[in-house]
Amino acid sequence: MDWQEIVSRALARDIRAVSRLISIVEDRRSGFEAAYAAIYPRTGKAHVVGITGPPGSGKSTLVDKMAAEYRGRGKTVGIVAIDPTSPFTGGALLGDRLRMQRHSLDDGVFIRSMGTRGHLGGVARATSGVVDVLDAAGYDYVLIETVGVGQSEVEIASLADTVALVQVPGLGDDIQVIKAGVMEIGDVFVVNKKDRPGVQRVVAEIRMALDLAGNASGRGRASLGHHGPAVAAGATVVTEVTAWSPPILQTMAESGEGVAEVCDMCDAHLCRLAEDGVLVERRLRRAKSETMQIASDLIWRGLADDPRALEAAEGLARKVACREIDPYSAGRSLRELIVS
Amino acid sequence: MDEGRKIRVLVAKPGLDGHDRGAKVVARALRDAGMEVIYTGLRQTPEQIVAAAIQEDVDVVAMSILSGAHNYLFPRVMQLLRERGVDDVLVVGGGIIPDEDIPGLKECGIAEIFTPGASTADTVKFIRENVHR
Repeated sequence: MDWQEIVSRALARDIRAVSRLISIVEDRRSGFEAAYAAIYPRTGKAHVVGITGPPGSGKSTLVDKMAAEYRGRGKTVGIVAIDPTSPFTGGALLGDRLRMQRHSLDDGVFIRSMGTRGHLGGVARATSGVVDVLDAAGYDYVLIETVGVGQSEVEIASLADTVALVQVPGLGDDIQVIKAGVMEIGDVFVVNKKDRPGVQRVVAEIRMALDLAGNASGRGRASLGHHGPAVAAGATVVTEVTAWSPPILQTMAESGEGVAEVCDMCDAHLCRLAEDGVLVERRLRRAKSETMQIASDLIWRGLADDPRALEAAEGLARKVACREIDPYSAGRSLRELIVS
Repeated sequence: MDEGRKIRVLVAKPGLDGHDRGAKVVARALRDAGMEVIYTGLRQTPEQIVAAAIQEDVDVVAMSILSGAHNYLFPRVMQLLRERGVDDVLVVGGGIIPDEDIPGLKECGIAEIFTPGASTADTVKFIRENVHR
């Protein structure tokens, strides 16, 4: 199959074509830009829900049960499940699918596992592209399961319309929940494994953290205006004005208890964002960060592929190493060389 | 261009035996060889394995069977792959497989069978040398 045929079949939700198109996008195989351009007009219809939280908090099980719930409501579901790639060998063990295999024979659920392939931030560099393929193929929901996150992997906030943050009892004290980072990106808080001791305390701590952040006109979520590695450097942090107040739900994903409410709240969140005009803003920010990221990738690649620039970089690096010039001056000379 | 191409392998346990240590050892070895391993776990039907292989667009399906049902389950997976038009996936098997069963399994399309004592290095080497894409 050439890429045109793959694209037209993928848009008709031919499973093999969807799958191959994801590989083309993920690996940036030849023709991927043209293929991506061809599907892009068909994206923007799916409700993209990010599920994030610490390792072992039950994200995969929750995603499995949410998919079942949405299927029961007659909706189709695409799932992107991300696990870490080894920084040492480049290999990965992708084990999220293990908990979702019962959906394998349902054509209304498409599950794809991804390694982070060196990208930090809780998702893979190509995740947004893979989400777009599933969106274009017509899945009503796209659920993104991030890697097990610590405290600062917040990139999911710039990919998803709705972020469900999963917490479990027993991870730490109330200072953990007012620390900066992942706690700031939850639209829906899920306290999973509610049969365990300490669940009320976690709920109370999250509520307290949300109250501290809240104000009379409703709470705005801190949202990242940039994306990827550039976040730390050049992020514009926007506080959204919405009447949405993040609910705190208790679940036992293993048995499915509370999962319907999680689905309901994710749906309610999207409606609220749309009514408040925040959804448009969010998607605009995503488009902007994506565009900036691609431009910066292209500039970087232009540098890395240009033998003249590499030679100049080598020479400048020597001067920097023996303290003849400083790295900023060297960087500026190199940039002028590329631009000229 | 093909910048990020990695060998993707589905590791699966078809059938009803409940012992997946071997499959996990192989999964780990393939991971350490730089491959992306999708581990689907125990008690998979051939239909589930083939559906997962297609959705994950894998280059290799590696299955382990200890129950003795290999003469049914391996050919069934091959048949389903063919029915779905999948002809570019390398399929390998492992487990307790009597020598006399191996020629028949290879005839139905299993590229290689690794029995107890096979080294994971050999498995890695075989996959690298025989992957179709």
